[in-house]
Amino acid sequence: MASPSTAQRTTSSGVSTGPAASSKSANPRVIGDLPLLQIKDLDVHFVTPRGIARVVDKANLTIRHQEIVGIAGESGSGKTTLVEAILQIIRFPNRVTHGQVLFSHDGKEQVDLMTVGDRRMRQLRGQHIAYVPQGSMNSLNPVARIEDQIVDGMVDHGISERAAKAKVPSLLAKVGLDEHVAKLYPHELSGGMKQRVIIAIAIAMEPSLIVADEPTTALDVNVQRLILETLLNLRDELNVAIMIVSHDLPVHAQLVERIGIMYAGQIVETGDIRSTVKESLHPYTSGLMHAIPSIGGSRERLEGIGGATPSPLAWPEGCRFHNRCPRAMDICTRVMPVLAEVAPGMREIADGRTVEVVNDRLVACHLYPESTPGAAPATAANGQVHATATLADGGRR
Amino acid sequence: MIDNHRSSATPQPALLELQDISTVFGHGANATWASDHVSLRIEESPPRIVNIVGESGSGKTTAARSLLGLQPPTTGKALWRGKDIYALSKNELLEFRREVQVVFQDPYGIFNPYYPIDRVFNMTIRKFKLAKSKDEASRLIEEALKAVNLRPPDVLGRYPHQLSGGERQRVMLARAYLVKPKVIVADEAISMLDVAVRAVIMNILLDFKEQLGISTIFITHDLSAAYYLGGDIMVMQRGRAVELGPSVSVMDNPKHPYTKLLLESIPSPDPDQRWGETAIPASELDELGAKRSIGTRSRCLFSERCPYAHDACWARRPPLYRVGDQDVACVLYADIPRNEADLTLEEVVASREPALAR
Repeated sequence: MASPSTAQRTTSSGVSTGPAASSKSANPRVIGDLPLLQIKDLDVHFVTPRGIARVVDKANLTIRHQEIVGIAGESGSGKTTLVEAILQIIRFPNRVTHGQVLFSHDGKEQVDLMTVGDRRMRQLRGQHIAYVPQGSMNSLNPVARIEDQIVDGMVDHGISERAAKAKVPSLLAKVGLDEHVAKLYPHELSGGMKQRVIIAIAIAMEPSLIVADEPTTALDVNVQRLILETLLNLRDELNVAIMIVSHDLPVHAQLVERIGIMYAGQIVETGDIRSTVKESLHPYTSGLMHAIPSIGGSRERLEGIGGATPSPLAWPEGCRFHNRCPRAMDICTRVMPVLAEVAPGMREIADGRTVEVVNDRLVACHLYPESTPGAAPATAANGQVHATATLADGGRR
Repeated sequence: MIDNHRSSATPQPALLELQDISTVFGHGANATWASDHVSLRIEESPPRIVNIVGESGSGKTTAARSLLGLQPPTTGKALWRGKDIYALSKNELLEFRREVQVVFQDPYGIFNPYYPIDRVFNMTIRKFKLAKSKDEASRLIEEALKAVNLRPPDVLGRYPHQLSGGERQRVMLARAYLVKPKVIVADEAISMLDVAVRAVIMNILLDFKEQLGISTIFITHDLSAAYYLGGDIMVMQRGRAVELGPSVSVMDNPKHPYTKLLLESIPSPDPDQRWGETAIPASELDELGAKRSIGTRSRCLFSERCPYAHDACWARRPPLYRVGDQDVACVLYADIPRNEADLTLEEVVASREPALAR
């Protein structure tokens, strides 16, 4: 679990823009071995007039300190609900019915956010976990100056108003805004500037995790790029981990180090961004990648994924993707695959190629025997047995 | 086909044409120029896909609304087969609506939630008197659904909320198909859909063009979608058309600095292809500029962001210059020699820099 590669990842992913790549942490935090966040077997149920909707179902995800993790998936796949579960803001009668959200801001002590209670959770939010909800740039108070809106949260967390006000210019500078913005009202700002203000509010308490839900969705491409670069710089400057939720795979490709793909309330694949998008293990991920046009690429017909997402009121038996999956087998209609690490080595992947699968890639798909509950240990496609590196506890990392 | 500023001597009236239209909202210092002397021609044949791209506030939708007869331009003319769209008789208007169909952005807001999907088709059939009998009507509906890869039992008799966004957008395309239009105006028709479904919708539009001869005016902020669809492209910035030409040429060799900036801002789905250093700094100025009109408009509206801007850019509005098969509104290309038409923006800048030095 301990990841010695975090530091390397930082450099390898440092997007070539800006001076960020070279500037390592100005104030390195001493961090223990525990990961920042571990979501274990999380279930979220919504109560609807037509029954219980299992919106998130057995989700497993780990976020390490100072890394940028993306969550991708189509609308209705449970991305936002997963985030809301982390922040404990799911409202009754909807609730988290099962699972743990283990959080450790210093890597030494772990708390289960499910059990900490409202008061402590309120402190953790803002202090250690910052949240940038979807469309929040439109929720700035129209009759308050930017400065007051940034100060508000800090005062709530016990900083004196005077000290908080003194911090505003440096916060604005961190997100690339000029000092005079503090005195403006939201309607005087562009969409991109409002989004920066929201990020400034989020980093005010120097959290160890920023959760941003669709932070660039309504923005134009060149502004989107500015916001994403701002986030990258912040990670290097503040040593903060960032969890980005977006349906936009190219955004993830440019920004994140690891990605989790959600489908129908479950995380179906996680891994480093490069292998996940270029050598997708899950047929759904592979289908997504083959549905995206890219400029300068071949203009051959894209396939898209036929069919529709199933309803959370009645997920299909077995693998939830089986009715849209080009590689569905008999077992897929009966047995639900579990998220498990694929043993490294040469393997046949979703699109039929045989590639070398690297460490630390998890998938929930019967194409990989590791995913089938109770199946024999992993055998590589070329016949070699890889007995090593298979996690004993399967998907429950 | 896009043909700008050179359309005076055409024998045949185009199917749809914008002749130098400007649309101004408000007046005086607060005037917003949603479209600023925009011209566009769509011929009846061969069928063609025309992409209109630009950021929010660039005037894409206003231009499209002018073509659809929904937004009378302040000056200039919107023509359908040579007739002013805003002065059509009742019968002509019905025929215009049959030939020019529209698919809007929001597949969730377009349906009346109280009626089953069938109503969308039945109203269209009644309005345009497409069928004489019930049997004929249901045959037409089935054929239309087949054209967009929907199975009739999956759609008919169901209510809008029971369909996914992609299915609803396909229903809208099927409805358009019913009347056998000449052109479909698709205003951000895929932007609210999931990626897996976007390709499906774009493929339907390509099939419509290839198999049925239906042209599409595709309005989008997504340049990669425009690249995939091909055809022609018109890049808009703050109400003006700054670059026009075949989509693939424009995106392989963007000539206007603004087009270049847009292209460089698009994230690639390949993590190995990182955003490069951009010559043109990304900026939020444009978005703010769309909110307020800053100073005079008789200049290039990209000059405050353009690294190549010089005095001439601030002095007058650049006309569209012909460069190869592209039209570019940028003084860098004034009097460019014919043999330099293939140069990239950087090469043009390098060769003209001495002359342009302030």
